[in-house]
Amino acid sequence: MSKPRPEPVQVIKERRDRALDALVRGVPYIAFLGIAFDRRGDELTAILPYRETHIGNPTLPALHGGATASFLEVTAIIGLGWSILWERIESGAVDPAAIGAGRIPALPKTIDFTTDFLRTGLPRDAYARALVNRSGRRYASVHVEAWQDNRARPFAQATGHFLMPADD
Amino acid sequence: MQNQTIARQVIESLPFSQALGMRLEEVGEGRAVLSMPWDARLVGDPHTGVIHGGAVSALMDTTAGTAVIARGDGTGTTATLDLRIDYMRPARSGQRLRCEAVCYHTTRTVAFIRATTQDEDAEAGPVATAVGAFTFERREEVS
Repeated sequence: MSKPRPEPVQVIKERRDRALDALVRGVPYIAFLGIAFDRRGDELTAILPYRETHIGNPTLPALHGGATASFLEVTAIIGLGWSILWERIESGAVDPAAIGAGRIPALPKTIDFTTDFLRTGLPRDAYARALVNRSGRRYASVHVEAWQDNRARPFAQATGHFLMPADD
Repeated sequence: MQNQTIARQVIESLPFSQALGMRLEEVGEGRAVLSMPWDARLVGDPHTGVIHGGAVSALMDTTAGTAVIARGDGTGTTATLDLRIDYMRPARSGQRLRCEAVCYHTTRTVAFIRATTQDEDAEAGPVATAVGAFTFERREEVS
């Protein structure tokens, strides 16, 4: 018995990108802020492109704390939602072909969220990554870091607790 | 009184607050009330039409900052150090959110705030509450 040939890389990539797209595209607020996600395997990097409407202090100028907090919360929810979806696709529990065709995967709900403003948000693009520190049946704890020019100098970080979406 | 005037003039002119449609309702000594209308572009859950937590955060951060600016003993400038938000229940779809923030204590360098957000269904209890710390500069008294 020979092992079945692995699927072509392009087929796998397209399937994963389609699943991620379905997760992100369903949320109007993500489009409102212009946030995009860059995927490398299961790792996501969120990108907040600079826009004048994200400014809070026009004299500095600096990003609005609310724009920064929103960016971190979006990154945490999608990061956690994506890790759940990834596992379900890989284990075969979810058929990726069914995702996207009008069917949006359920996202986790925020219980609490603490944003720590480390530096002034500069008027340029920002990036963020989420780390799921714990993901149980009901609750999850997620940490997020956001940076601009220098990955080693984050300008904001956050920790939040989330209610896991019900299995479907 | 002077800082309350600053708060009035500045807050609604911030580009991000404007983009979210925030409106200054009340301002007093170390206290502010801002509101934000329901808007389809701010929705976080397309199944229910509930506003995204991030937009609620933005409203609470802005209201809290306004309360700090409105302190008569400060210089009228501030920045958020940290903000913790607890989400009690989803905001009702289609309803205006109203956030009240109080700056309840200041040191020479730090302002502490509490804030509560409600929708139009006040009997259902708050949508979210927040606590935070902001930078603060005490105004030098000129005698």
